[in-house]
Amino acid sequence: MRMLGPVLIVVAAIVALWYVACVPMNIHTALTDAERAGVAVSPEGAAVRRDMGAVRLALGNTHVWGDTFAQDKPRLPAPHQVAVELWETTVEKKITSKRSLIFHGWITLSATLVGFVIGSVAGVMLAVGIVHSRAMDMSVMPWAIASQTIPILAIAPMIIVVLNSIGVQGLLPKAIISAYLSFFPVVVGMVKGLRSPSAMQLDQMRTWSASSNQTFWKLRMPASVPYLFASLKIGIAASLVGAIVGELPTGAVRGLGARLLTGSYYGQTIQIWSALFATAILAAALVAIVAGLERVTLKRMGVGR
Amino acid sequence: MTATPVIQAKGLDLTFQTNDGPVHALKGVDLDIDKGDFVSFIGPSGCGKTTFLRCIAALEQPTGGTLTVNGMTPEDARLARAYGYVFQAAGLYPWRTIAGNIKLPLEIMGFSKAEQAQRVEKVLELVDLAGFGGKFPWQLSGGMQQRASIARALSFDADILLMDEPFGALDEIVRDHLNEELLKLWARTGKTIGFVTHSIPEAVYLSTKIVVMSPRPGRITDVIDSPLPKDRPLDIRDTPEFLEIAHRVREGLRAGHAYD
Repeated sequence: MRMLGPVLIVVAAIVALWYVACVPMNIHTALTDAERAGVAVSPEGAAVRRDMGAVRLALGNTHVWGDTFAQDKPRLPAPHQVAVELWETTVEKKITSKRSLIFHGWITLSATLVGFVIGSVAGVMLAVGIVHSRAMDMSVMPWAIASQTIPILAIAPMIIVVLNSIGVQGLLPKAIISAYLSFFPVVVGMVKGLRSPSAMQLDQMRTWSASSNQTFWKLRMPASVPYLFASLKIGIAASLVGAIVGELPTGAVRGLGARLLTGSYYGQTIQIWSALFATAILAAALVAIVAGLERVTLKRMGVGR
Repeated sequence: MTATPVIQAKGLDLTFQTNDGPVHALKGVDLDIDKGDFVSFIGPSGCGKTTFLRCIAALEQPTGGTLTVNGMTPEDARLARAYGYVFQAAGLYPWRTIAGNIKLPLEIMGFSKAEQAQRVEKVLELVDLAGFGGKFPWQLSGGMQQRASIARALSFDADILLMDEPFGALDEIVRDHLNEELLKLWARTGKTIGFVTHSIPEAVYLSTKIVVMSPRPGRITDVIDSPLPKDRPLDIRDTPEFLEIAHRVREGLRAGHAYD
């Protein structure tokens, strides 16, 4: 609880900085609206102001600052506008509504979870293969690394088009893009984890004439668990990104990615920001759930204290 | 009981091929270890004392000469559970309790659950750790962890105990105590013990036979049969006999030009 003070100070500083940034970001439109409503502004005329610096305009028109926090389509929405939008589209809307972020969130979350499971299982299996077979290490690992150097935005539309042409639509293509992003950290983490036993521990197994199966289940697997969880935390966040990216190229009408997309079509910046925050909150929650599982598992193993 | 040695090495060579040319880790090593012997291997780094122990355990493959353990090849001896091996680090699995760690080789060797439990109790008592079976390794001191690791090596009743600087990482006081305990354990169980160490007093205090080795190439320069009685209180280390053996060991190490 001693940490509460510093944490709150950092949050307050970020919010304050955000409010300060809203003034120059939105000052041009705020002045145009105010002038139209008959309020005196300086200098007069939108054409004159167009080439003037935002900070100078803001300092010269302190009386319209309040307006910069209350526009319908601001360039940068104020924190409270985003908060109100989040509240209205989660708590106050029925979850079946097309405007409910819970509804859209669930669409994205389901693809995320399916992709995460596919990616994690594939990642663990690849890692086991890589650790046990030198041939697999040399043939699979370079492709796994290469796969991550391709921008996901470039390959996502192709995955969706290819799958669509063989009749796969809906959740699965998005889940596959999720899996594509999440398998990699799991492979890397698990390979490291399965190789983490020291030469001494492996020698020890040999002195007991242990089979490679026994070495795997009794030594390599349990030793890799802390590495696995570190990877899963990265993997689940990557899964969410994958699901959202998978919603963008199809012009999807459902999902958090669709909210981002429609928001940008219609200049609904508040909607974009609230979808972004919903995404961030969802990602934080998912990572927290994995971290909780990690704590419980390690404690039950006796490794956590 | 036949008079054949438990461990017998004849002209044992081991050469590692490295990028800088061959390294003679062991050259022409001849040694007999009899049943019930407590043999210490002492010498500077690179003299091959650990390598020799690893050859006995079939963790290294000699490139020349012969080596038998209980009259078998080292590989067959391992499969016949001829030895327990104690490494420098306790190497306990942090996710297993002390009892769980001691059970590990028993699980691998396929002992029944009931027998596992019974053996764990027995060896815990043997190393003076009765009642600590339910603890996790991090809850124990370094000395207790190393005792648990000895218990683990004893759990499957091998006749030979191979120990590679088991107390090297512990402080002097704990080390003295564990040396005393080890002698008691040896007296009670009658095991044949191979013990690698850097410490002259430790080697002299523990052993019935001290093997002095020197490097480049790794070889035996002296084998000393200790005249000390089997029953050894810690203060035997101040007697003239003890000091005389220690002196001979030191001379042997110097003769090998160990640190030139």
